[in-house]
Amino acid sequence: MKLVDVGVGKTVKVEGNSACDYLRERFLALGLTKGADVEVLRKGPKNNLTVYRIRGAMIALRNEESRLIEVS
Amino acid sequence: MGLTAQSVRLESLKDIYEIEKGDNQYVVALAGNPNTGKSTVFNYLTGLKQHTGNWPGKTVTSARGEYKYKNKEYIMVDLPGSYSLFTASKDEEITRDFLCYGNYDAIVVVADATCLERNLNLVLQIAKLTKKIILCINLVDEAEKKNITIDRQGLEKELNMPLVLTAARSGRGMNELKEAIADMALKQTEAEDFKNISYLGYEPEIREKVTEQNYNYANELKQKYVKEDIAKLNRDKKIDDIITSKKFGIPIMLALLGLIFLITVQGANIPSQILADLLFGLQHKLDGLLISLGVNDFIRGILADGAFRSLAWVVSVMLPPMAIFFPLFTLFEDLGYLPRVAFNLDHLFKKAGAHGKMGLTMCMGFGCNAAGVIGCRIIDSPRERLIAIITNNLVPCNGRFPLIIVLSAGFFAFTGTFVDSIIPALFITLMVVLGVFATLSLSYMLSKTLLKGIPSTFALELPPYRPPQIGRIIYTSIIDRTIFVLSRAVAVAGPAGAITWLLANIHVGDLSILIHAANFLEPPGRMIGLDGFILIAFIAGFPANEIVIPVLLMAYMSAGTLTDFESIDSLRQILLSNGWTPLTALNVMLFSLLHWPCSTTLWTIKRETGSLKWTFAAFIIPTGLAFLVCFVTAGLYRLIW
Repeated sequence: MKLVDVGVGKTVKVEGNSACDYLRERFLALGLTKGADVEVLRKGPKNNLTVYRIRGAMIALRNEESRLIEVS
Repeated sequence: MGLTAQSVRLESLKDIYEIEKGDNQYVVALAGNPNTGKSTVFNYLTGLKQHTGNWPGKTVTSARGEYKYKNKEYIMVDLPGSYSLFTASKDEEITRDFLCYGNYDAIVVVADATCLERNLNLVLQIAKLTKKIILCINLVDEAEKKNITIDRQGLEKELNMPLVLTAARSGRGMNELKEAIADMALKQTEAEDFKNISYLGYEPEIREKVTEQNYNYANELKQKYVKEDIAKLNRDKKIDDIITSKKFGIPIMLALLGLIFLITVQGANIPSQILADLLFGLQHKLDGLLISLGVNDFIRGILADGAFRSLAWVVSVMLPPMAIFFPLFTLFEDLGYLPRVAFNLDHLFKKAGAHGKMGLTMCMGFGCNAAGVIGCRIIDSPRERLIAIITNNLVPCNGRFPLIIVLSAGFFAFTGTFVDSIIPALFITLMVVLGVFATLSLSYMLSKTLLKGIPSTFALELPPYRPPQIGRIIYTSIIDRTIFVLSRAVAVAGPAGAITWLLANIHVGDLSILIHAANFLEPPGRMIGLDGFILIAFIAGFPANEIVIPVLLMAYMSAGTLTDFESIDSLRQILLSNGWTPLTALNVMLFSLLHWPCSTTLWTIKRETGSLKWTFAAFIIPTGLAFLVCFVTAGLYRLIW
């Protein structure tokens, strides 16, 4: 399952991500490594951004990014 | 809105890696995730007032300061926030390179006590790089409020590095930190200066493994040494459910903006009047003094009617709104509202083909466009960085807010009731919204033409809300921002006033030079609903937009209108007697909003892009836009009236 498809309020585990280069490094730096817990907190205006709790911080990602993250 | 003398100074990026130091001096670097309070720690230790704000990416250049402790001198370097040494946006590169090649004696890694797990990744990375590390877990006061407790002894022992718990805002733990730095600096002068930079060059797969291991270990450490209270953690979530909600996010933002301007306009009225009475009264005294000293009329004109009068204008008109607007703005910045603005507007920026962080750099532009342009370093894609730089000028900076405030208050509010505050507030809000709209439209056009490409991805961190420190807000906004902006304006206003007076009083043929110039600029001015004098004022405002209105008024008055200018109330009369219509007022505001960047901003753009071509583009595009928009509104106005 992709992170973008997870409903608000659910917590999932990261399996991996299919981003490359810079974005991949960025994801990892933020703590989206394999096995990390991610809680889906809220969708923003126009469903464009979603706020996630990642490693204790609130991070907003666009759908284009959360689509690249494989979770279970 | 990182507007300080510090953030726009020239040499901020120059030779920061090798810091000169004497015998009894030590270099201490501050690193850490964005928004962990590095600047607060820095300010506390050095006594400097580096601008702080509750949003990631505020410090994009390194700042330096010094302090003394037990007869030793310490040179502090405040590095831009960084999530990881592996990634590299422009500001993070500075941090990484300094950590690899800098000649520091100790590195203090500042971590957020409320978000330790994420912060520990960088701590573990830096610990692998150098043994000179001190861990400073900051914001423990915030952590306590959220019922987060940290087992300091356990964590210190396990990590095997000096660890200090601090709340830099109130000074808690800061002496301990100084002591830890002193210990480390002394120890390190004897130890070998070894930095294990090789692991930063690992293959991506291995770096990924390293990060994964770091985070797993960080999680383990958190489980072992940090206790959390879930109920308390959800406080921010509840606030954000409203502030950033689909329905209310944008309306709340607009309402807050309107409210800020309402308070500014309403609050500035009386102090402006008092200052004006005082300063224009002084002008008469100065006049009298100069006459009694037997100074000739020409010199007296330059000094009193030229330099002093425009100075008086700048101070009485600009000081009160700034002294109200800046603290209010800083309050929201401190609370952590700016990232929420970026969050709420992101879908628009995405549609415009721009970077999501442009929301943040745009907000900085409200303070000072030069600072906003420097702030664009947080945007890592070169294409989107250029878009953000070129469009930054389209939101009104502190230099232009007074013009918009004064004109909307002076020209559109004259009923003498409370409505007089509401109309200007609405007008100013409208101008800001127009500026944002222009920013988005221009970004869209640029990303479809000159700077083609699809929006790159980004991740925006929403920092926890933090209670603002009233004392610090007043200090930063009054001393740092207000005085900085005002002194810049005053420095330009005096000479500009004197020059304008000269031009208005030196005659070539029958007319003064000023009138010749105004006549020359009259046709293009008329075409866009302005006049020759207004264009002269805008050109004179190139070094600092603050002086547009004073120069304009002086030009009008010296050009022979009968009104003697005594107070702000007569502003409307002066403008009306010079043929102003509502269209003129509107177009002056629009032109001010959209026209060319001031000289400081242009110069900063040149420095940041390193390209004359893009600097020229940043000049000509907004200027073209200003002429076009004013031409259209003038055309429409003539059609209707």
